[in-house]
Amino acid sequence: MEGTAVLGRLNWQLGEVVATRPETPRTKSITLDVPGWTGHRPGQHVDLRLTSEDGYHAERSYSIASPPEDRSRVTLTVERIDTGEVSPYLTDELHEGDQLELRGPIGGYFVWEASMGGPLFLVAGGSGIVPLMAMIRHRAAAGPSVATRLLYSSRSLGEIIYRDELDRLTQSSPGLEVAHTLTRETPPGWAGYRRRVDADMLRDVAWPPDQNPLTYICGPTPFVEGAATILAGLGYGPQRIKTERFGPTG
Amino acid sequence: MSGGFISRGFKGRRQQADVAGRLPPGQHLESGFPVLSAGPTPNTPLDQWDFVVTGSVKAPKRWNWNELLALPHETPTVDVHCVTKWSKLDTHWEGVSVDLLLREVEYDSTSVRYATAFSEGDYTTNLPLADLLGGKAWVVFGYDGQPLDPVHGGPARLLVPHLYFWKSAKWVRGLRLTEQDQPGFWESLGYHNYGDPWKEQRYSGD
Repeated sequence: MEGTAVLGRLNWQLGEVVATRPETPRTKSITLDVPGWTGHRPGQHVDLRLTSEDGYHAERSYSIASPPEDRSRVTLTVERIDTGEVSPYLTDELHEGDQLELRGPIGGYFVWEASMGGPLFLVAGGSGIVPLMAMIRHRAAAGPSVATRLLYSSRSLGEIIYRDELDRLTQSSPGLEVAHTLTRETPPGWAGYRRRVDADMLRDVAWPPDQNPLTYICGPTPFVEGAATILAGLGYGPQRIKTERFGPTG
Repeated sequence: MSGGFISRGFKGRRQQADVAGRLPPGQHLESGFPVLSAGPTPNTPLDQWDFVVTGSVKAPKRWNWNELLALPHETPTVDVHCVTKWSKLDTHWEGVSVDLLLREVEYDSTSVRYATAFSEGDYTTNLPLADLLGGKAWVVFGYDGQPLDPVHGGPARLLVPHLYFWKSAKWVRGLRLTEQDQPGFWESLGYHNYGDPWKEQRYSGD
């Protein structure tokens, strides 16, 4: 995040909620209009700060799902943690016209821009798809020539975030391939994988090691740990594997 | 923008007073132990492992695994604060004080005032030397009575609990003492150069 170092302090700023959209029963996308947003790189996140009437604050980080091409419109996708303090407010209480205090963009390592090339291999577990979706959307807008594969693990069909958009993009954006795996429930006639990500699946889906892909893995810790360890064992250079591990973000 | 803005309808969940006083601003309590790393977990066999103090020193000093373990152990119980906003209280560690390690190395303490901790792979983090001395920092290899798990930085990590937890470099392999401060991995990517959680120094410019 070289830009940030030059610009100095990341100030808190207000964004207005201009749209909300349920993605799955547990996740919701929130689009903010942030006047003066300086832009971001796909994969970066923002910090949100909620303030109660008596001045109590709670802060959390959320990945940006939208590409920089959306300009001052910044979309976050939030997974509801039932016992959480912040995410239920964002998914249940917040509505269009509300304001949110945020600062960012944050994070300069788990980022991909079209200029970085590929081939690109993205591995998502659950809501770990969010920062990778910013990359996929950016690729569609700015780098459609970069050959890209996504392996996306979800518990069930209904919990696949952005499913329709991913389907559409694989049709409209040549060079993007998406493989789904469902780990708990599969609908009748399901043609995708139906197990946790393992070595055979990664061997099937990943670009061969001699193509030296750029790999981004995001999801819960055991998921990321598993996939990254398998890929390193299959001969992919650790320096080309970037990981983002989600702890619980209540 | 700290003045005035209220999140409509947000109540929040206050921590109990005894806990609240131990949580730096913007942090919340975490009972699990989240893992955050930039790449795959490395796996160096212990017989190839060493810890080195190098840089602006009269002669570099190296300990192999058994030599490190043979040094007197300390068992700090400390609170740790991750820049991603979770804090974990009363964590139990076992390791060797950095004071003890640096005592075995000769350097000019008037000009050598910084250190870069380096780890497996290319990870580095920088700290003022003063923050590693005076009983404030350890090289730890035990957590909660067990060998330190590789996902949490094992076989050994730095522990500098008074700074944000990224300064407690996982998979640490040594310290490079320097006269000039040299930003490390996250410090070059927009994170704060010093990282005091009580001043909420998360990002560059905070």
